[in-house]
Amino acid sequence: MTTIADPKAPRPPKPRPARLTTRGNTELYGWVFMRASGVILVVLIFGHLFVNLVAGEGISAIDFGFVAGKWASPFWQIWDLLMLWLAMIHGTNGVRTIINDYAERDGVRLALKASLYLAFVVVVVLGTLVIFTFDPCPAGSPADLLPSFCTTA
Amino acid sequence: MTATLDAPSAAPVIPSFDVTLKIRRFLPDDGAGAPEPYWDEFTVRAHGTDRVLDALHKVKWEEDGSLTFRRSCAHGVCGSDAMRINGRNRLACKTLLKDLDPSKPIIIEPIKGLPVIKDLVVDMEPFFASYREIMPFLITTGNEPTKERLQSAEQRERFDDTTKCILCAACTSSCPVFWTDGQYFGPAAIVNAHRFIFDSRDEGGAQRLEILNDKEGVWRCRTTFNCTEACPRGIEVTKAIQEVKRAMITRAF
Repeated sequence: MTTIADPKAPRPPKPRPARLTTRGNTELYGWVFMRASGVILVVLIFGHLFVNLVAGEGISAIDFGFVAGKWASPFWQIWDLLMLWLAMIHGTNGVRTIINDYAERDGVRLALKASLYLAFVVVVVLGTLVIFTFDPCPAGSPADLLPSFCTTA
Repeated sequence: MTATLDAPSAAPVIPSFDVTLKIRRFLPDDGAGAPEPYWDEFTVRAHGTDRVLDALHKVKWEEDGSLTFRRSCAHGVCGSDAMRINGRNRLACKTLLKDLDPSKPIIIEPIKGLPVIKDLVVDMEPFFASYREIMPFLITTGNEPTKERLQSAEQRERFDDTTKCILCAACTSSCPVFWTDGQYFGPAAIVNAHRFIFDSRDEGGAQRLEILNDKEGVWRCRTTFNCTEACPRGIEVTKAIQEVKRAMITRAF
């Protein structure tokens, strides 16, 4: 006779009236957002990979000058900004649902979600700041590392 | 010439074999410390036509009368004897022993996610509480018609699949989201809401969609298809849940 874990539910379901009613369309919009952002991200990410790694001279062209040249154009600024925001919200929402599904103890769930949202804020704020305040021609840098338009200006 | 009965022709011999049942037992707390669940093994002689329920009966009637499980009709209609047999939720009364490879012990456990009361009997109350919450009855407005409420064959066909539910809890207790969070409505409640939401005679669809739009409602479904696989009536449970989701989205936009 071997002893095994208690077969009872990990958390015995509370009586129903205690359920917090959270009706509203948040979960619905979240679900729709995951599908929509997923489709857009497929285009954005594969476009990004193609332009960076395949088009032109391919992977050997990537250096500071290449990235700086891209971010000098508002088109790539908006492309990368969209990619950053959509990927971060999509990923954070996905991890949030996983935490909701698998973290049973309230304290653990709270801690995990707090660190998740903190990581989200740090990455999004930092990334957005870099995209908009990026200086493609920092003063006093060797000209051969900078994009071509820095010397002409 | 009249037909004559031949000499007692040998009835086709049904093969019989020994089968071992490995059953998860649990005794409720009798005040003498926390009870521990344990495995028990019984070997019984079974026929090729026997089902798991027959073997359980044999154990209970001939070997250990304290073995506890639910069963009522024993023919796959009442939905009392859903249990986890060899790791899958099935009805003991519909599962033939010969289909389970009787050369190895057959592992029988109570369904997961609901509190165990004793041996294979679980507390079904949380399951039925979810079922009650989606209001499983016809909701109409206006005057009662003097005759029956008419419906075309196509309108009936729309929700035919979900009328087959016998509330055995095999689907709900196979759902990984339900295992970790007993607050989730579970597939069975959504299936029974689907049965009324898509019924042309019913007018409570908006209310039911509102209830299932809850944080613990249909959006917690992760489409793992465990429920469709577990359903002893062959209901396409995951498809029904997706249809409810679609009805909510078309309503919201």
